[in-house]
Amino acid sequence: MGAVTLARWQFGITTVYHFFFVPVTIGMAFLVAILETAYVRTKKPVYLRMTKFWGKLFLINFVLGVVTGIVQEFQFGMNWSDYSRFVGDIFGAPLAIEGLLAFFMESTFLGLWIFGWNKLSPRLHAATMWMVSIGTSVSALWILLANSWMQNPVGYEINAEAGRAELTSFFSVLGNKVLWVEFPHVIFSSLATGAALILGVAAWHLLRKNEHEFFLKSSKFAAVALLVGSLGVAFTGHVQGQVMVETQPMKMAAAEALWDNEQPAGFSLFAIGDTQNSRNSFNITVPRALSLLAYNNLTSEVKGINDVQAEETAQFGPGDYVPNVFIAYWSFRLMIGLGFLMIAIAAWALWKRRSLESRWFLKLALWGIAIPFLANSLGWIFTEMGRQPWAVYGVLKTANSSSPTVGSGLVLTSMIGFTLLYGVLAVVEVYLMAKYAKAGPDDAATSSMAY
Amino acid sequence: MEQGIWNLNTLWFALIAVLWIGYFFLEGFDFGVGILLPFVGKDDTDRRVMINSIGPVWDGNEVWLLVAGGATFAAFPEWYATLFSGFYLPLFLILVALIVRAVALEYRSKDARPEWRNAWDWVIFVGSFLPALLWGVGFANIVRGVPIDAAHEYAGGFWNLLNPYALVAGLASLTLFTLHGALFLSLKTKGEVEERSRGLAVNLAWGALVLMLAFLVWTYVEHATGEVVPGIVPILVLAMLATVPWLARQKFVGWAFIFTGLTIVLTVVNMFTALYPNVMPSSTDPSYSLTVFNASASDLTLKVMTIVAIIFTPIVLVYQGWTYWVFKKRIGREDITADAH
Repeated sequence: MGAVTLARWQFGITTVYHFFFVPVTIGMAFLVAILETAYVRTKKPVYLRMTKFWGKLFLINFVLGVVTGIVQEFQFGMNWSDYSRFVGDIFGAPLAIEGLLAFFMESTFLGLWIFGWNKLSPRLHAATMWMVSIGTSVSALWILLANSWMQNPVGYEINAEAGRAELTSFFSVLGNKVLWVEFPHVIFSSLATGAALILGVAAWHLLRKNEHEFFLKSSKFAAVALLVGSLGVAFTGHVQGQVMVETQPMKMAAAEALWDNEQPAGFSLFAIGDTQNSRNSFNITVPRALSLLAYNNLTSEVKGINDVQAEETAQFGPGDYVPNVFIAYWSFRLMIGLGFLMIAIAAWALWKRRSLESRWFLKLALWGIAIPFLANSLGWIFTEMGRQPWAVYGVLKTANSSSPTVGSGLVLTSMIGFTLLYGVLAVVEVYLMAKYAKAGPDDAATSSMAY
Repeated sequence: MEQGIWNLNTLWFALIAVLWIGYFFLEGFDFGVGILLPFVGKDDTDRRVMINSIGPVWDGNEVWLLVAGGATFAAFPEWYATLFSGFYLPLFLILVALIVRAVALEYRSKDARPEWRNAWDWVIFVGSFLPALLWGVGFANIVRGVPIDAAHEYAGGFWNLLNPYALVAGLASLTLFTLHGALFLSLKTKGEVEERSRGLAVNLAWGALVLMLAFLVWTYVEHATGEVVPGIVPILVLAMLATVPWLARQKFVGWAFIFTGLTIVLTVVNMFTALYPNVMPSSTDPSYSLTVFNASASDLTLKVMTIVAIIFTPIVLVYQGWTYWVFKKRIGREDITADAH
């Protein structure tokens, strides 16, 4: 494998891993802040116990999100120096601003939250978790601003003399329409992720009839959050699809394995592709559904892969502009399917009488912890691999983005190093999560959060 | 390149120096506490006293590094690209160290088994020792100059970076941060941890003084590539550090900590002034050097960044400062045993 391929694998591994922890952090910070506010308002001890129990699980997760994030920031320079040189004028600023506005806020106020139980008034203490929660969302905003610029570069011009892209309008970058659908999509999915984790752990205890009242309350709270999160994900995902068909028609075509223009276009449920001949040998579709998804009507034309390939060849010169259709098609489909499964679980928990007493449903909810993690990963794999061969759509190809001085031996070394390290840390993290989740709220309420 | 110093490029060069100063001042003592953990902490309670002294703040301290890295990317993309791809292996090692150290700090006390805690204690030690050493090695190499070709690409290898000058600088930063940590502990803890730390600080201060003297003299004899006259700065660095053994022995620990901190501040100032207007001098050919002008972002990006920094930096300083005020009390063994676990 060449250095570029290895660097892509490393980026993929470290980014997917990083994004196991990030949505839990964003989702749970918000949910724990709500619980602590409920305690401050009502003074009911159960809310304090909920804050501390779920807060401890939040903390075990938080640190891994932080440390794997440092790798992300360094990796652009280490492995993608040509990318950094070419787009740094636009891409660097959001990373710096994220650090200044968000990382300081998250980490400083989390320190106050962990160690400040006896030093701050209850109101102020709850406020620190709100600051953490705001910090996590601000962080998501700036990093997604950087990512959405890769999907839909705006507010720049190419300076041929300097050989790079240069900023022409910061407000265009800030107003990128991809950002304003991607950001809520990520925030809602994070809410769903945190909620699914709480619901699953609560289900484990409900199955064993531990602390019935505590976990019943927790599971209902989580189910509401899961419903809001998963419905929000579906809605923003739909809007995102409409922006995508406009800004990245190739990605949408690949997501549907739609080889040729169709009017109206059907939504594919199951296709067997024949990529050699650029067609599907088998395909079940819902008629007109893709037109509805992409344009909110039943008649519009959706462009196919072969047609966009011809368009992009005319625009950018000869080349293969088709991403991996198999991965784009299935990651998109599975992500959406898992999203609907989350809506179903949340709705069942809330509306089906005695759902939280039925063993099969509680077991489903427990295993359901995995659903948002899978869906999040598939979503990012789709977003990033569906953009290939481009690193920045229409501006810079991935093949021209890596570090020329970093050979495959070095990349292989760091890739194996990070993978082994991350693997060990995953084992330790899951061990501690399971330990504290199983120990129940008594232990969390009495023990200190300090080191 | 007669562009003077009154431009945004120079401002951002100075701001990046400030970010590194903040990082080394703050995480410097975190590293020191981690390095001293197995030696000053005789039992589990001692060690918990030590890590709880940095507990509320270490994460916020580390953000200074992230902002320094991000600001370099934003303001000097060429510098960021050349430096991070060129120093690939050392940065990989630093990343691994920072990852395991942070995880160890957070997870160590989440399980009571002695073997669990002992293992994480050594992880904290290694995870603090390695960056404390490597940051010195890395910065000395930047000052010394590394092979950079006409395309602004790093043309050396890993072994280029392990030269005697850089190793002296690495040992100097390691000793200085350990000293800084020892003084922090003697300010923020009570009882035997405080006593042992202060005793160690006296010896560490002598070591730091010798190593810093070697580093500074070597810098000016061989490796000052910039245009700025160093003036009194290196002399001040040594004069301040020279008072620390006496101050620590006389129990003026607050002053000793301030003087060690100022040593760190002025050492960074000294390195950045020794560089200016270069950001990464090329040892291959001075005309290949990266400077604040040829490595910088566009004027618009620098303007946007300046506005953001002017608005938000004071806010950050206020709440981070407030955190230190909230946790101003010393920690003793009784505070640890008062906790149920």
